Amino acid sequence: MGRMARRLAPQILTLAALVALVSVFFPNFINISFDGSRFVGPIIDVLKRSAPIALLAVGMTLVIATRGIDLSVGTVMAIAGAVAAWAITSGLGLPLTLALALAAGLAAGLWNGALVAIIGIQPIVATLILMTSGRGIAQLITEGRILTFSDPGFAFIGSGAVFGIPFPTVLWMATAVAFAVLMRRTALGLLIEATGVNRAASALAGVNATVILIAVYMASGLCAALAGIVTTADIRGADANNAGLWLELDAILAVVIGGNSLLGGRFSIAGSILGALIIQTINTGIVLSGFPSEYNLVIKAGLVIIILVLQSPNLSADWIYLRSVLLPRRAD
Amino acid sequence: MLLSIRSLSKSFPGTKALQGVDFDLAAGEVHGLLGENGAGKSTLIKCLTGAYRRDGGEMFLQGHSINPTSTAEAQTLGIGTVYQEVNLLPNMTVAQNLTFGSEPRRFGLVDARMQSRKAREILAPYGIGIDVDRDLGAYPVAIRQIVAIARAVELSGKVLILDEPTASLDAAEVRLLFSIVGRLRDEGLGIIFVSHFLNQVFELCDRVTVLRNGRKIVTAETAQLDRLRLISHMLGRELEEAERHDRGASGQNAERREPMIRFEGLGRAGMIEPFDLSVERGEVIGLAGLLGSGRTETAQLMFGVRSAGSGTTEDAQGRVAHGSPREAIAAGFGFAPEERKADGIAAELSVRENIILALQARRGWMSRIPRAEQERLAAHYIEKLDIRTSDAEKAIGDLSGGNQQKVVLARWLAMNPRFLILDEPTRGIDVGAHAEILRLIHEITAEGMSILVISSELDELVAVCDRVIVLRDRRHVAELVGEDVSTDAIVRAIAKPDAAKVVEPA
Amino acid sequence: MTINPRLYPLLATIGIFVVGYAICYLQFPAMLSTRVIGNLLTDNAYLGIVAVGMTVVILSGGIDLSVGAVIAFSGVFIAVLLRDTGLHPIVVFALLLVLTSAFGAAMGWLIHALAMPAFIVTLAGMFLARGAAYMLTIESVAINHPFIVTLQNAYWLMPGRGRLTLIGILMLLAVVAGVLIAHRTRFGASVFAIGGGEQTARLMGVDIGRTTILIYAFSGLMAGLSGIVFAIYTGSGYPLATVGVELTAIAAVVIGGTLLTGGAGYVVGTLFGVLTMGLIQTYIVFDGTLSSWWTRIVIGLLLLAFILLQRGLLKLTAFGDARA
Repeated sequence: MGRMARRLAPQILTLAALVALVSVFFPNFINISFDGSRFVGPIIDVLKRSAPIALLAVGMTLVIATRGIDLSVGTVMAIAGAVAAWAITSGLGLPLTLALALAAGLAAGLWNGALVAIIGIQPIVATLILMTSGRGIAQLITEGRILTFSDPGFAFIGSGAVFGIPFPTVLWMATAVAFAVLMRRTALGLLIEATGVNRAASALAGVNATVILIAVYMASGLCAALAGIVTTADIRGADANNAGLWLELDAILAVVIGGNSLLGGRFSIAGSILGALIIQTINTGIVLSGFPSEYNLVIKAGLVIIILVLQSPNLSADWIYLRSVLLPRRAD
Repeated sequence: MLLSIRSLSKSFPGTKALQGVDFDLAAGEVHGLLGENGAGKSTLIKCLTGAYRRDGGEMFLQGHSINPTSTAEAQTLGIGTVYQEVNLLPNMTVAQNLTFGSEPRRFGLVDARMQSRKAREILAPYGIGIDVDRDLGAYPVAIRQIVAIARAVELSGKVLILDEPTASLDAAEVRLLFSIVGRLRDEGLGIIFVSHFLNQVFELCDRVTVLRNGRKIVTAETAQLDRLRLISHMLGRELEEAERHDRGASGQNAERREPMIRFEGLGRAGMIEPFDLSVERGEVIGLAGLLGSGRTETAQLMFGVRSAGSGTTEDAQGRVAHGSPREAIAAGFGFAPEERKADGIAAELSVRENIILALQARRGWMSRIPRAEQERLAAHYIEKLDIRTSDAEKAIGDLSGGNQQKVVLARWLAMNPRFLILDEPTRGIDVGAHAEILRLIHEITAEGMSILVISSELDELVAVCDRVIVLRDRRHVAELVGEDVSTDAIVRAIAKPDAAKVVEPA
Repeated sequence: MTINPRLYPLLATIGIFVVGYAICYLQFPAMLSTRVIGNLLTDNAYLGIVAVGMTVVILSGGIDLSVGAVIAFSGVFIAVLLRDTGLHPIVVFALLLVLTSAFGAAMGWLIHALAMPAFIVTLAGMFLARGAAYMLTIESVAINHPFIVTLQNAYWLMPGRGRLTLIGILMLLAVVAGVLIAHRTRFGASVFAIGGGEQTARLMGVDIGRTTILIYAFSGLMAGLSGIVFAIYTGSGYPLATVGVELTAIAAVVIGGTLLTGGAGYVVGTLFGVLTMGLIQTYIVFDGTLSSWWTRIVIGLLLLAFILLQRGLLKLTAFGDARA
């Protein structure tokens, strides 16, 4: 546990500093009250609104750990949302609706994974195909309209609450924990990291790298489908044009802010979740603090550049060299 | 002398790649540069072409001291290089490649017609009539090599370095290349020819220089050097009998043990000619031969890294499938590859994770090896193999080469395979770790495991092997058993004079 | 004489456009008129210009995600400066082009100096440019400077009453400039060399750092020019404009036959890529019953087809690599 806290200290400190900073401009930021049925307050709002980014970040973490990237998650959200809205308005019932939407996400992931692992197309290129055409597919399903519905069960996923906590919050937390447990209680985490660090060596050690790669893209598709369901349920309608628009970039950013290297290898789902919370705190905080929301993007750009400088292989080589010169050599 | 190098030295952290090497090249001479991997050939060339800065020594070109800091600068000085792999750009046309950096221009724009004409002029003396407006990548390797030579000669014109130019050429292509090299020599160029094909060296070179472990061993006229002497210079054993380690009963009159796996007719065109090999329980088989003789290729076919074109494999239970690493592992094989960094270790992962990786992969993702068991395994092998690491959680990339090799070994020992292939297990590791790994090979065969060792260090093979298979020109050519295993015999088998024709790969 | 295989993707691109146009003509004979062609050029002018810059970036094996945001920033920059200062549009244009080129150069420098993927560096650039546009204004600002209005209405009447507008001509000029730079200069040769293999390019004497900076500066310049054209075309500056244009541009480049991994392609192919995408849209407008989402799906399919085609070609034409 101590190890993990140390690993995530920069993210935790950043988040704490952000919360403190927002509180200076908007003192009520950390106030939470109970209105009889649920908790309310800006923090709760952040926790709810971060659901799509956090869900996407979970899947994206795994993809990035294998040295890949999934640009299609935003459009997969739109497709899953469209499937869900279509199913629920066609009267298929909630369980079948959810199953179909999740299956759509898995199918999208299978497609991406097959292009990457079997045909051998670079991840950024392979997932670009679905990114450009996916919204067309979503619109095909909704026939270009914003499909609205009023099923209370489905709407609950977007706006309901469990023990006073918004359901989307419960969902992303449960998903993150489930994935983290799956990764660390089974050998998947190790096999994914090994594939990301050295695919050739892993394959020689008997790791089935092809299956691992397909699996991570399917996991990413599944998470995107969950995010799509939440977004659709929240607005009680599927907007094929705008659902999840540009969220893939926020998700990648969350993963990178979470301390995960774009060059693959070691990954931390908890880190990515913190990254997602940092992004959402900036988003919400800027509005609450009375700053024009246009600062948002500039701050994000600054963050990316700082992280890039910290992660740069060139600079880290310099840093190792500097350290080896400055510190007396330890006997090996 | 066209080019003189005096007491050139170059060190890298942990190794002295070159120590006081002298080298001379005359105009109108082809000078062979020989040595096994790690002998210092490529370091010498990189110092010469400005890719490395030397630590000490001097280099003179036509009497002037030179000190190139980049390949471009070396080129302007007159030193051009053609590498085996990284050469010209296959995605650009032959003409673009030939004129790159000196494109003929009109009004500031590249004149494509002039460019093609200039390219044809450059190529004219080489006698290959190719369409210079096609992508270089559309032509066979031999043509690409010739284009690369033409470019190097055009740009530099004094010294031409050919680094393993024939490694992937067939006999006819080698002929073509040699006629071109011969012509360039007659025109007065100094040519450095790096190759591990001895026949080609004997055929083409006027003189040879042998490097070993960063030192110059000898420079001699090719005509006055016999093949046997040359090989012993390269492999570092004078021809006296090396002391043979005690292998218990194993060496005694080939008392055959129970056979375990039989490879029959295993081969693949262009890699290795079909061969038969029967592996017995608990024996150590050595593969000897010069670089490029098909040693690694034999191992790759056995472990399914490359799929075999022909052959069947059987054990007592019947057919054994080993068409992919996963199948080979399921058949009880293990493989520690030669390129440890690229194919062996996952550098960022811990020693513990690297040790359990293969075991975990075999068990499948669902049945994770419990953490306590992982730590026990790691601790066990760290102790058993004496892996020097502060703890099992240290990233393997931070360990020394010898300790990394032991971790890879531990990975396979944990699998308890019946047949373990070790490709150059002692390459690039220090002397102490070297001896330990040889000791380990002894120990594990005592438990019934069979081992195949590939090594370019003959005393090492002599020390550990019950049997040594000798390879030459991508063919298994001899087998030495028991008492017959000696450095002397291996060198003789490698050098067998009946192979005095140009290499003809399958 | 056989056809040089390096031309296959380009020929496929042109072939698809010609066949596509023929199909359109058979169904709607009205589509074969200079009027439709004029509109095709005008409506896709900004996309064509930015795609030329993107082609050079992709030829080098890189990617530039910032261009859509830079176009939006350009529009806002022009609109705000014309509204708030007395500067002549020409001066504003010059300032803008210097600014966007410098912005691109800075990204190129970061990519080289940090040795980080172009993807993520230009993503930061995208946020920065979009944020800068927001900071200038969050509303749509109309441009009614008389000079701009003059530019808007400048055209050459082609036979058949089609209008070849100034911005259409600008795009064609940008393509010509792109062709010359990519295929007829040493800089262009260096771009192809880096796309073919950075290591080899270095061995052949390419200054990687300088070339990388110039590549992204060129992309920035083209994005700025595209911003000017877009401002003239729409007569306004809006920070939310041209979201996602970088992806459309990338798609146009790939459909234009350029290898997305770099090192092979033709700038002129990109023009046909842009026109093919425009043609699909025009067809859908003419048809009237087809829904607009088919555009995206067809573009996605074309993208897939070209990526697979090029993987196949790579295997077919790479002689003897399997042996090496």
